[in-house]
Amino acid sequence: MQDLLFYIFSSLTLLCGLLVVFNPFSRNPVTSAMFLVLTIISMSGLFVLLKAFFLAAVQILVYAGAVIVLFLFVIMLLDVKEEERRRFQKFGTFLGFASVAGLAGIIINSIRQSEIGDALAFKGEGIGETRELGHKLFTEYVIPFEIVSLLLLVAMVGCILISKRDESKKEGTQ
Amino acid sequence: MIGLEHYLIVSVVLFCLGLLGLIIRRNLIVMYMGLELMLNAANLALVAFSHYRNNLDGQIMVFFIITVAAAEVAVGLALIVALYRKRQTNDVNDLTSMKL
Repeated sequence: MQDLLFYIFSSLTLLCGLLVVFNPFSRNPVTSAMFLVLTIISMSGLFVLLKAFFLAAVQILVYAGAVIVLFLFVIMLLDVKEEERRRFQKFGTFLGFASVAGLAGIIINSIRQSEIGDALAFKGEGIGETRELGHKLFTEYVIPFEIVSLLLLVAMVGCILISKRDESKKEGTQ
Repeated sequence: MIGLEHYLIVSVVLFCLGLLGLIIRRNLIVMYMGLELMLNAANLALVAFSHYRNNLDGQIMVFFIITVAAAEVAVGLALIVALYRKRQTNDVNDLTSMKL
């Protein structure tokens, strides 16, 4: 059962991931964002299979909930029609596929040769307990946690500063 | 039986799809989505290692990556909006003022 679910979720992830970047039917960024949501939801399915329940929930809340909505808001502010008029450059697309396929081939081959799956075969119950995760986060990793909260504050201030209209400059030119 | 190898291969292919998005698309927003895919691929690899090694540190790393990615997306999209306001475009082919 778990094997079947793994294949379903991973194929969904990869198919939707491909449709995010290369969709032969539509070049609309909104379509890409929607397929990104599907990719992320099926990836959180993979997280559940790996017994990382908390991260699966966070993945859906933060990515599918917050990040994609942010993407959609920004797409709404910009010109979507412009992107639809442009076409894929055939040669560039072909070269991109070829080079990326080469890279994937090399890495997959090296993973297979390292036989890491045999070295780290799963044994025991697994440790997917959210309680332990929280305990570790607030004892051993409490300083990085606080630093990350500071980072979020800085990002918020930065966003406001960057996307604010420059009023003083406008008055100066008028 | 699904092993660590399978998850790593999925993660590698997803990473390469994100890279493909960066290579073939010229729209800044879609390129950003490619970046998100690459970050998610790294997350998947970390969670898989964490599961198969019976060690929670990988999951904590993923938690931090998700937080930093959210901050990065917010700042990046603010930059894209500011750029669009200045240049009326979000296509990288039109942003060539730094070209020699």
